[in-house]
Parts: sequence; structure tokens; C-alpha cells
Amino acid sequence: MSSQGRILKDKIAHKVMLAFVWLTIILLLVIALGLFIKAWPLFKTVSISDLLFSTTWVPYEGKFGMLSFIISTFWVTGVATVIAVPLCLLCAIYLSEYANKKVIAWVSPLIDILAGIPSVIFGIWGVIVIVPFVRDILAPMFGVSSTGYSILAGGIVLSIMVFPIVIYVLLEVFKTVPEDLRNAALSLGANKWIMIRKVLLRKAGPGIISAIVLGFSRALGETLAVLMVVGNVVDLPSNPLEAGYPLPAMIANNYGELLSIPMYDSALMLCALVLFVIVVFFNIIARIILRRIEKKIS
Amino acid sequence: MKRYKIEEKVFNVLMKVATGIILLSLIWILATIVYKGLPYMSWDMVSRTPQGGFYMGKEGGVLNAIVGSLYLAGGSTILALFISLPVVLYLNVYRRKKSAFSTFIRSSLDILWGIPSIVYGAFGFTLMLLFGLKTSLLAGIITLTLLIIPIMIRAMDEVMLTIPKGLFEASYSLGATRFETATKVAIRKTLPGIVTAILISFGRAVGDAASVLFTAGFTDNIPTSLSQPAASLPLAIFFQLGTPVPEVQGRAYASALILTLLILAISLSSRYFTKRYLKNKI
Repeated sequence: MSSQGRILKDKIAHKVMLAFVWLTIILLLVIALGLFIKAWPLFKTVSISDLLFSTTWVPYEGKFGMLSFIISTFWVTGVATVIAVPLCLLCAIYLSEYANKKVIAWVSPLIDILAGIPSVIFGIWGVIVIVPFVRDILAPMFGVSSTGYSILAGGIVLSIMVFPIVIYVLLEVFKTVPEDLRNAALSLGANKWIMIRKVLLRKAGPGIISAIVLGFSRALGETLAVLMVVGNVVDLPSNPLEAGYPLPAMIANNYGELLSIPMYDSALMLCALVLFVIVVFFNIIARIILRRIEKKIS
Repeated sequence: MKRYKIEEKVFNVLMKVATGIILLSLIWILATIVYKGLPYMSWDMVSRTPQGGFYMGKEGGVLNAIVGSLYLAGGSTILALFISLPVVLYLNVYRRKKSAFSTFIRSSLDILWGIPSIVYGAFGFTLMLLFGLKTSLLAGIITLTLLIIPIMIRAMDEVMLTIPKGLFEASYSLGATRFETATKVAIRKTLPGIVTAILISFGRAVGDAASVLFTAGFTDNIPTSLSQPAASLPLAIFFQLGTPVPEVQGRAYASALILTLLILAISLSSRYFTKRYLKNKI
């Protein structure tokens, strides 16, 4: 082939690839715009504060207050975070500082497998194991009667689902703490534990926060597993043993009636948009922190 | 000093316990699915579609969901590959040097990666309305494609980043263009890694339910064209578990076992390819 032909091919390929790159980047905007346009009719009839800060959800009367869904979402995610963070932090410190190669070779594939398990499998396990556990053991312990389908059950199942991502990010963050810094601490006579507390955890502080935020935002959008165990009752929950109804579960549960009630589709798309905005917001924060750490190192 | 030593010992135990809990939860989940699903496993489950009265406990299997899931995941993986590969090659060959633009691309992909599948589902639904599509295999495939693009790109990007600079320089010094370097050096060098990325994306697509709920619908038949609705394993599990008939719930467990085995097979083969990749890494 002539060299001119080859160069032309190279240039065309360049343009085509660039087009695909823009296509992917624009996708983010298109999703937001698409959801916004679908939700738009709702803004004309109902005020934004009524939508976001009211708990009255009566689609037949055109009342779409989604506060109880938003609060439920944060409850479930909060419970999951409280359970997952200490466990993941301990596990990540162990894997990065104490565990020998043999242990790591065993543990990391298992965490990979955990990361690959579909949401519905977590859900079915939650129904079989966690729901009865909450109903028969945890609820009586607090002197409450509960069907087991509760925020707590959702939180427990979710916490397991976010283990892999939080551990991955934590391990990446710990890797970025320079070996020299650890050795310097150790050579000053610190034992490993002092080094971890005073050097590793302090140096990795912002990274740990971003790992938590990433896990948190992953949990915010989890749908099917939560839907299966959380109870799905439209009400403002006051404690984790009550049933909740997070945004993703609500969207997934009501798609069937989507087109039979006026404005209902707009309301559900608005719910998706709210979820989108919350998740993107947390993701951006976490990524900014992580990029800063990366920059510092290079 | 002594205080720290005690503290270290306590925390050492706690760390091992935490790691144990995390691993145990995985084993517990797998064991529950096997224990509950195995008694209901039968040849009928994987070889027949639901017959009349299936959801009341009559005969049949979930072949419709198995085939539907494979169609959905297969179609979306192929489509996603066509979009992901150019993006990855652009990032790693044409824009090898770190620049503000490449950082921007990667950041956008990271954000896309974090968007929940239910949001993709809702977005897919608005697309469907826009184009006047009904719930169909095609709509499901398109939505899943959007969902797995960021996953696939990230996974491929990670392996491509490990290609040594010297390899590119060698290729250029022989007079190869960037496009030739991309196809003949970069892709070839990372082929096992690319296969891993494809498998990971395929696994995600098989397991995802929230995005196909709106878009692919559900049917008892095996779709014969792109415009027909398609069943999927996660939704089959979900719907069967929702019935009050114990026999049908049992089949939900068996379907869950099928899905789990499928995912494990994908996971294990992707590990195999990762190992192959590591072996021929320079």
C-alpha cells in the first residue's frame, strides 16, 4: 500500500475514534437531558419543593412528593455504609500491610467473585437468610415486632454488595502511600501498628473518604436486591427495623403502571433524575479526591 | 509502647475477623443458593420453556430466560465492543501522553461507570418512547450496551496502560502509523486482557436486571427477532420468587443456581485469561 494511503487511513481512524470518544462523553449529558425532558411536564403543574420535600405520594391525585423515598434511600445506604466501612477498612489494612502473598492469592480472587455476583442473587439470599434473621433474632432483641422486610435487612445485604468496591479502592489508596514513608517510620522505632495509625491512615485519609463515598454512591443506586428485602412501604421511616422504600426500588416496582396514570411516567423519570444527580454528585467528589492523590504521587 | 503492642494484637485479631466475615458472606451466599436450588434442579429447568400454568406450579423450565439472557448479553457485549475499542485505542495510542483531555475522558467514564443500572433503564425507556419502540430484545440490548460501555472501556484501558513505551517507539521507528501500531501491536499485545474485559462486561450484562426491566420486557417464548420482547434470568428469578406457590419459588432457587453457575464460569474463565496476559507481559 502506498504510504499516502496508509497515512490517510491513519487520519480517518483518528477522526472515527475521536467521534466515538465524544459519543461516550456526551452520553452523560444525554442521559440527564433525556430524563429532564421527560420530567419537565411535572414541573409545570407541581412546584419543585412539593416534589422534593413533601411526603404525600398519591399518583391518582397527581401528588408526587418523593421525600419518603429519598429519606429511605439514605437510610438504607447509611446502614450499609456503617456496616461496610469498618469491616472493609480492617480487611484492607490486613491485606495491604499484614497478609502474606499466600493469603492474598486466596482472598483476592474470592473478592473478585463477590464483585461479579448479580444483584438478584444477593436479593434471594437476603430473602432466605437475612429477612428471617431480622424478624426472628434482631427485632425481638430490641423488643419490636418486624416482618423482617426492613431497612436493616436492605442495609445488611447492600453492605455485602459494596465490600468489593470499597476494598479495591482502599487497596489502591494504600498502594499510593510511599514505601519510604513506611520505612522511615519503622526505622524510627515505631512498630507496624504505630506506623499504620500515624503514617498510613493519616496519609491515606482523603483516599479513605473517597473510597467510602464511592461505596456509598454505589449503594444508592442498587435496585433489585434492596427491592426484594426492604419492604416497600411508602412511609417516612423512623428506625431501621421499619420497612422503607428507596428510590430505585420505587422506580423498578412501578414501571408497569407507568403509562396508565397521567404524569406518572414524568414522576418516575424525575425520581431517576434525582437519583442520577445524587449519585453523580458523590461520584464527582470522590473522583476529585482520588485524582488529587494521583497527581501528588506523580 | 506496651499499649501499642496490645492494641496491635487486638486489631490484628479484628482484621482477621473482618476478612473472615467478608469471605464467609460470599461462601454463605453460594452455599445457600446451591443448597436451596439443587433439589429443584432438573433437566426440564434448562431444556424447556414455561408451559401453561408454569407460574402455578405446572411443568416447564426457564430456557426462555437462559436464552434471552444470552441474547441480551451477547448482543450488548458485541455492540459495546465496537464502541469501546476505538475509545480505548484513542486513549492509549493516539493520546498516549497524559493531557487534560485524556484525564477529562477518563473522568467522564468513571462517572458513567458509577451511574446505577436503574437510571440506565429509565433512560432506555425514554429512548424507547422517543423512537416508538416497544419492550423488545433490541431495546434491552441498547440499554445494556450503554450500561457496560464504561465497564468495558475501563477494563481494557487498564491493560493497555501497561504496554511499555518502548514497544510503541519500536513500532513507530519501523515506519508504522499510529493506526497500524494500534491494530498490530497494541491489540495483539493485550489480547488476553481484552478478552477478560469482554468477559467481565458479558457477566455484568447477564446479571443485570434493573436496566432490562423497563426495556426488554418478559415473555415465556424464546425471541425469534429483535423486535420481540425477551426474558432474562434475573427477572425470571425475581418473578418466580414473587409467586406464593412453593414449587415455583423452588424453581426461582434453581434458576438462581443456574445464573450463579453461569457467572462463576465467566468469572473463572476471565481469571484464566488474566493469567495468560500476565504471563506474556514484558
